[in-house]
Amino acid sequence: MIRVQQDDFDPGVELEQVRSKNAGTAGAVVSFIGMVRDLNDSNTIRKMTLEHYPGMTEKALAAIETTTRERWDLTDVIIIHRIGTLAPGDRIVFVAAASAHREQAFRACEYMIDTLKTDAPFWKKEVTDNGDHWVSTAPGTG
Amino acid sequence: MVQLRFFASLRETLGVGDEQVELPDGITDIAALIGWLQQRDETWRTTLGDSRLHVAINQTIVKPDCPVSDGDEVALFPPVTGG
Repeated sequence: MIRVQQDDFDPGVELEQVRSKNAGTAGAVVSFIGMVRDLNDSNTIRKMTLEHYPGMTEKALAAIETTTRERWDLTDVIIIHRIGTLAPGDRIVFVAAASAHREQAFRACEYMIDTLKTDAPFWKKEVTDNGDHWVSTAPGTG
Repeated sequence: MVQLRFFASLRETLGVGDEQVELPDGITDIAALIGWLQQRDETWRTTLGDSRLHVAINQTIVKPDCPVSDGDEVALFPPVTGG
């Protein structure tokens, strides 16, 4: 299941849905939440805007879900990504994988967030005290 | 006609988000299309000359030698930074 939305999501609600939907078949659910930081390159971040490519975004996320399901033995996959204006501390992204065993769920979860960062057409722009700037892709950032 | 789309820093630097262009004779792949757009002025030349430029045709990432034809949606954008 993939979702692109402006609104916040409730990780508790999402996880409970995965639990109940996969009750019995899944023995493990691993999830990841990405959040907006308040500091980047020693600039204080006031706001962050997330731009995306409507249409291609959904295709890219669906492709990640497909590849993830092919590669690991999963009972469920969730990818939720927010767009629009966010503030430090806000949730940006949620990925979760449910599987019979934890190893598969851990690997799948890590693969999904790593791949999302390189393949899904989202762009972050930070509003700082030193002006606005687009986030670059130097190793270890994002 | 080809539908051009520019995103993020590219959209801001070039000052255009969406544009329809008629492909001139001889422009049959992405590299040629980019070269043709670069002739517009210095800003276009340097911005589209960035080696990290990403290109998607009909919402799928492609390489510069990918053919482009009438009716395609061609998007140009910087490396993605989501997640």
